[in-house]
Amino acid sequence: MSAGAPQLELREVHGPSALGGGSRRFFELLWLVSVTEFKKTFFGTVLGYVWSLVRPLLLFAVLLLVFTQIFKLGSQATHYPVLLLFNIVLFGLFQEATGAAVTSVLAQEGIVRKTQFPRLVIPLSVVLTALFTFGLNMIVVVVFLLAFGVDPMWTWLLLPVILSALLLLTCCLAALLSALNVRFRDVAIIWTVIALALNYATPIIYPLNIVPEGLKHLLMANPLTPIFQQARIWIIDSQAESVGSAAGGPLPLIAAAAIYVAVCVLGVWVFRREAPRIAEML
Amino acid sequence: MAVQTGQIDASREADGSASAVVIEATGVEKSFRVPTHRIDSLKERITTFSQGSFKDLRALREVSFEVRRGEFYGIVGRNGSGKSTLLKILASIYAADGGRVRMAGRLAPFIELGVGFNPDLTARENVELNGVMMGLPRSEARSRLGAVLEFAELEEFVDMKLKNYSSGMLVRLAFSVMIQSDAEILLIDEVLAVGDAAFQQKCADVFREIRESDRTVVFVTHDMNAVEQYCHRAMLLDRGAVREIGAADEVARSYLRLNFERAPDAGVEDAGDATADIRLLDAWVEDEGGKRVNTVDAGAPIRLNVEMEAVREVEGPSFGFAFANAEDVEVIGLGLALPGERPDRLRPGERIRVAGPIDNRLAPGRHVLKCWIHRDHNLSNLVLHSPHVLDLVVLGAPISGVVSVEHDVTVSVDEEQR
Repeated sequence: MSAGAPQLELREVHGPSALGGGSRRFFELLWLVSVTEFKKTFFGTVLGYVWSLVRPLLLFAVLLLVFTQIFKLGSQATHYPVLLLFNIVLFGLFQEATGAAVTSVLAQEGIVRKTQFPRLVIPLSVVLTALFTFGLNMIVVVVFLLAFGVDPMWTWLLLPVILSALLLLTCCLAALLSALNVRFRDVAIIWTVIALALNYATPIIYPLNIVPEGLKHLLMANPLTPIFQQARIWIIDSQAESVGSAAGGPLPLIAAAAIYVAVCVLGVWVFRREAPRIAEML
Repeated sequence: MAVQTGQIDASREADGSASAVVIEATGVEKSFRVPTHRIDSLKERITTFSQGSFKDLRALREVSFEVRRGEFYGIVGRNGSGKSTLLKILASIYAADGGRVRMAGRLAPFIELGVGFNPDLTARENVELNGVMMGLPRSEARSRLGAVLEFAELEEFVDMKLKNYSSGMLVRLAFSVMIQSDAEILLIDEVLAVGDAAFQQKCADVFREIRESDRTVVFVTHDMNAVEQYCHRAMLLDRGAVREIGAADEVARSYLRLNFERAPDAGVEDAGDATADIRLLDAWVEDEGGKRVNTVDAGAPIRLNVEMEAVREVEGPSFGFAFANAEDVEVIGLGLALPGERPDRLRPGERIRVAGPIDNRLAPGRHVLKCWIHRDHNLSNLVLHSPHVLDLVVLGAPISGVVSVEHDVTVSVDEEQR
């Protein structure tokens, strides 16, 4: 290909960006990095898969003991143990993804500083890896669902809708946190506290119906609450209080939607703005 | 603004393929905000009123150049001159603050060997990941594996995790991944001299091959031998600005000159024993124009100048000077004494001046001037000894031998006799 080589057109070089380098490369890298990370956690250790199940199951066992034997919550919700397990696994997805994403860009310093790596792949791959783990954990949840006598419902098929809503929020938060943590290194510490607060501000260990009326409306302004409540209705208990009635009016739901949209917009905006400079700030 | 001075050597011009510009940079600017006090936590951001103080460091100033297809283009400069920053801008790792960079063709940047290698993955997985990172589809990335491993001579370790590789093996794999990437433009930062001697030879061969091929290489290095060996053209960066663009050997020489430049009247490096009967006051080398220099082109005439002062009376002084090369071989020696028409004795306070032209036959390289002073014309009565009066760097293509001499020796073949 010497003399006859086609004249290539000069293209502008814009520097690093969140997506940079074409969509095929972006998605292939995203997939490859996530699968790699997933394999590392599951096949890198002797117990592999079992090990990753131990954590949610142990947490589940402790909480189940405390809340059925001490606080007697068991009777307040239909299929409380399964609900508890499902909630732990679902929130685990959110918590694990955002928690790992905060430090992800910092942890991949070498790649960021020395290769032209599409920046957004880094936090998103963390979310995808958490999603893989979630998929495996769901197998156990389904076993429990059937074992506790929850009748299969057609609404189980709506789980992807719930997941999409949760994942969009998680991805945007992951992008936001990972970019912020490069500039302000204490974001990671602050986030662990916020994540813990969210854990209690979302009906995970308690069913929504035992919360006093006024507080319940307030909780519905947390964008995670409607998502978890709807998941409960669709997956475990079709008789549970509807999202609309729990909110007691449109206001909390509007607030939740506004927060949801604001976090997403902020995440995308901040990451796009920071992406070109990330390599210099590390 | 930089000017385009260099010409691609004739062989490549004749090729006809060297004409297309594949990298074009115009007025590229880059500054880094160097924090004198960096605010890197939200707590500090909230609790302090100041915005933090910054100093702007201009890493690149209006850098403009063009690289044509098939060129092996060197970027040289001292540490901190902006070479790596420029390379990172070309590689889209940093964003330029100003100016414009345009490029044609697929690019493979190698800022550091083995970046992005995951120690927990096998060679097979890493090669695939690396290929995808370079923008290849996965199937193509996988199909390169054989060639990469063959070049690296690591076929038997394909399923071993990289964390179990020796550093030499790792470097071989990294170099091989770079060589086997089929990108049209390679950006390479200081990666030569890896592996054992045999592998180095292999790398050198590959570089020569690339030099003659249609692939374009931008190559950052400190190794001037490599520049002269591989590069068609080179650019010299100095404090972020383009100082020179031209033929590789000329730029390499300018780099050496820049590197060994000192303040012109820095004086004597090592004056020897300060309590001796004679003191060294100053010593320097002048070029043809009478300018003090530390660097000189091979073969260019020089003048040696040394000023001394007698502190106490010295009977029958003799002065010895020698230029020694980097291997400490004394290449040129001078033995001098006071002129015959005056008493062969120095009185306290008398100034001695040694000066005159020297036929510069020094071979290219770094040289040191040494000095000995004896009394009574007796080599066992040492008055003063300085092993390092000054440095002189002779610029030019390396030759074998300690001196370069003019000669008319030619080769001819006698066609008549068969």
